[in-house]
Amino acid sequence: MGDSILKTVGLTKSFDGKNPVLKDIDFSINKGEVVVIIGPSGCGKSTFLRCLSLLENIDSGEILLAGKPIGLDKKDIHKYREKIGMVFQSYDLFPHKTVLQNIILAPVIVQKRKKEEVNREAEKLLERVGLLEKKNVYPRQLSGGQKQRAAIVRSLIMNPEVLLLDEITAALDPEMVREVLQVVLELAKEGMTMIIVTHEMNFAKAVADRVIFLDNGEIAEEETPQEFFECPKTERAKKFLNTFDYETSKI
Amino acid sequence: MWGSDVIMDYGFMAEYALMYVKAAELTIKISAYGIIGAFAVGLICCLIKELKIPVLYRIVQMYIELSRNTPLIIQLFFLYFGFPKMGIVLSSRSCGIIGLIFLGGSYMAEAFRTGIDSVPNVQRESAYSLGMTKRQTFLRIIIPQAVATSVPVFCANVIFLIKETSVFSAVALADLMYVTKDLIGLYYKTDEALLMLVISYLIILLPISFISSWIERRVRYAGFGNTGSV
Repeated sequence: MGDSILKTVGLTKSFDGKNPVLKDIDFSINKGEVVVIIGPSGCGKSTFLRCLSLLENIDSGEILLAGKPIGLDKKDIHKYREKIGMVFQSYDLFPHKTVLQNIILAPVIVQKRKKEEVNREAEKLLERVGLLEKKNVYPRQLSGGQKQRAAIVRSLIMNPEVLLLDEITAALDPEMVREVLQVVLELAKEGMTMIIVTHEMNFAKAVADRVIFLDNGEIAEEETPQEFFECPKTERAKKFLNTFDYETSKI
Repeated sequence: MWGSDVIMDYGFMAEYALMYVKAAELTIKISAYGIIGAFAVGLICCLIKELKIPVLYRIVQMYIELSRNTPLIIQLFFLYFGFPKMGIVLSSRSCGIIGLIFLGGSYMAEAFRTGIDSVPNVQRESAYSLGMTKRQTFLRIIIPQAVATSVPVFCANVIFLIKETSVFSAVALADLMYVTKDLIGLYYKTDEALLMLVISYLIILLPISFISSWIERRVRYAGFGNTGSV
């Protein structure tokens, strides 16, 4: 496996100390790779992303960024989080700040970058996702899809090594799903390293370099999207794909 | 009383109106100090609770329970009659201010807390995932949103505290209630004195009430309101 940027070794996580939600996960993603994680609800996919962004403590195992294990020091944690972007399911923009303020806040106060420079970059990114004219608007005046695009820009401007997307279209109206996924597809084309949790199977097929099927806290299957969607190896994966009314023959 | 002798002695009321103005001044002054102090104490307590500072956290919790579960008049008696026994003699004025801060601090702390609790957790998490520290998150993300939701509670607390000043007469502070009792005792003009008392409180409280509603409306429509569903 080439140069792994983010890696977990034996990652185990439980909420009550007894029943692990994630069991001994060995995972690795290379620079520029897009990994899509799918699986039934409650299988631990969101928890996995939350562990990767250090929002959850892990019981055992290790997370390595560019080969280096993450320290437990507060400074290390903040440094690490800077490099791992995360976009959540619920539109999580800061409601008391305008779109532009939302985006430039972290680069200015965390990365100590110059405000003018950040402003310029923010405007460029906003233009790319078609939100430039909304830069001075408050989040509540945006549609769900617009909020989510702004949230992606907010993560992007930190120049993350890896971007984690946690069911970012799950709370959107169907007609807004497309505009958000389009942005993600473009990022994938540009070589952004991403770990994506999603229920949009067509999107998964289009964007993924690799699909991981997570079931019951374990990696049940790990394949290219073609292989996974055409002939899933495990019964569990077959069953799961059937619940999406998937006609495997039609792909 | 009202039936047999409805006619008010307006001459009497005019004669003693100035006493009420003076007393009202005192009430307002002490309320102002007390409310500002309570606000500061509340903020400090809330910070201690939020940041879970080891020993102070327990003390704050005890203080809040003690302050919320004892009447102001008992707190004042403690300050006015109890403290001198420990060698600390306080003027009635100081007792009033300290008592009000002691009572109001816990209410203000709880108001802050309500506001903080109302901020969805994902706000905290998205700030953390952008690499912000706990402090940056608290000051820049949580507090501004918390204050917006807390405003109605703060306003209610302000009015509550001003009304509570009516027990100050118990520690010989010449406030509105004190003047009223005095006049009743001296001249038996119960109706007139009580009417002036009610009017005085209304003159103080009504504008505050209107201003509060105005602030609440402004905050509610300030352009952000709360997050959550669309």
